Amino acid sequence: MGPLIVNDIITQNTNFFLAFIIGIGFGFVLESSGFSSSRKLAGMFYGYDTVVLKVFFTAAIVAMLGMLFMSLFDWIDLDMVYINPTYLWSTIIGGVIMGAGFIIGGFCPGTSFCAASIGKIDAMFFIAGMFLGVMIFAEVYPFLEDFYKGSFRGTPTLSQALGLKDGIVVLGIIFTALGMFWVGEWAEKKFHREEY
Amino acid sequence: MNMSELKKPKQKTRYINPYLGGVLLGLVLLAANFISGRGLGASGAAKSVIVATVNTVTPGHAENTLFYNEYNESHPEGPLKAWLVFQMLGVIVGAFISGAVFNRLKFKVEHSPKITSKRRIIFAIIGGILFGFGSQLGRGCTSGSALSGMAVMSLGGFISMAFIFGTAFALAWFFRKNWI
Repeated sequence: MGPLIVNDIITQNTNFFLAFIIGIGFGFVLESSGFSSSRKLAGMFYGYDTVVLKVFFTAAIVAMLGMLFMSLFDWIDLDMVYINPTYLWSTIIGGVIMGAGFIIGGFCPGTSFCAASIGKIDAMFFIAGMFLGVMIFAEVYPFLEDFYKGSFRGTPTLSQALGLKDGIVVLGIIFTALGMFWVGEWAEKKFHREEY
Repeated sequence: MNMSELKKPKQKTRYINPYLGGVLLGLVLLAANFISGRGLGASGAAKSVIVATVNTVTPGHAENTLFYNEYNESHPEGPLKAWLVFQMLGVIVGAFISGAVFNRLKFKVEHSPKITSKRRIIFAIIGGILFGFGSQLGRGCTSGSALSGMAVMSLGGFISMAFIFGTAFALAWFFRKNWI
């Protein structure tokens, strides 16, 4: 049955329309969880507010489990779902640069759009910077092309890389997340700060 | 007890419970995979906007630059007719609705009382540049690479998540004045 677009159950235009609806859900959840506040997001890295950890990992687990169950019920063909490819070094260095951008700028791209949408001026400048960053990348791309396209490792899943069953890995991630939630709740009490 | 004390607890419930938020976000992500066979994203839409802008403003430059060339060749219908662009328009609408519902629509520069608005904006621009650059090198940002990658158990998604959050933690001490 799923994914609907791959199996021609919906048209391309319907797919774009549903993308818009999905986006509304995405934006609404991010904003109502507090992701439109840079100080709330940055709280993650000082322990005074771990909303990022809680929302991020709960979402990942729900989606992961949902995918597993849907595939078990034959509702979705996992072979037809896009699996992000693994380019080892460009992912690592890209991640490091993004991590620096996160703690310096206080947003990531998705959250900056949410924040700008409700009037946060710092987010609008973050977005301007982000556009500039993409343009800088475009200009230096010829020098980075080999690095960008190098160290390709295919599209392995974590379970394939570890040689374990999907269910076991998801269970491990759930326990890890529960442990992190516990630490997060503890940190929020220890490093408590007034809401702003 | 006077009225202001009665009103106080209301302030604390400005945001929804984070675990509930996580479940809802997970369901949205699941819907994206079920309907469209792909996850959520943000930086990809920014890239589409930049490519479309450069194509229009300086078509010669777009033709002579490898990055724009590769993108245009792989997107024959044009950079803006992309799933992420429609999704991102939805995000802006959805966040606005939430802001309206919870009474948070307001123009302001949010910053720690210890720093000026100017300092906050300068750092926001620098952070944005880094995130824009890094998301291109890393093939997606926190949404597209880390969260959506993890949802489909992609090894790359987990690596992305570990290095984005790991680096932010590692550098947190140096930028503490901006936040705490």
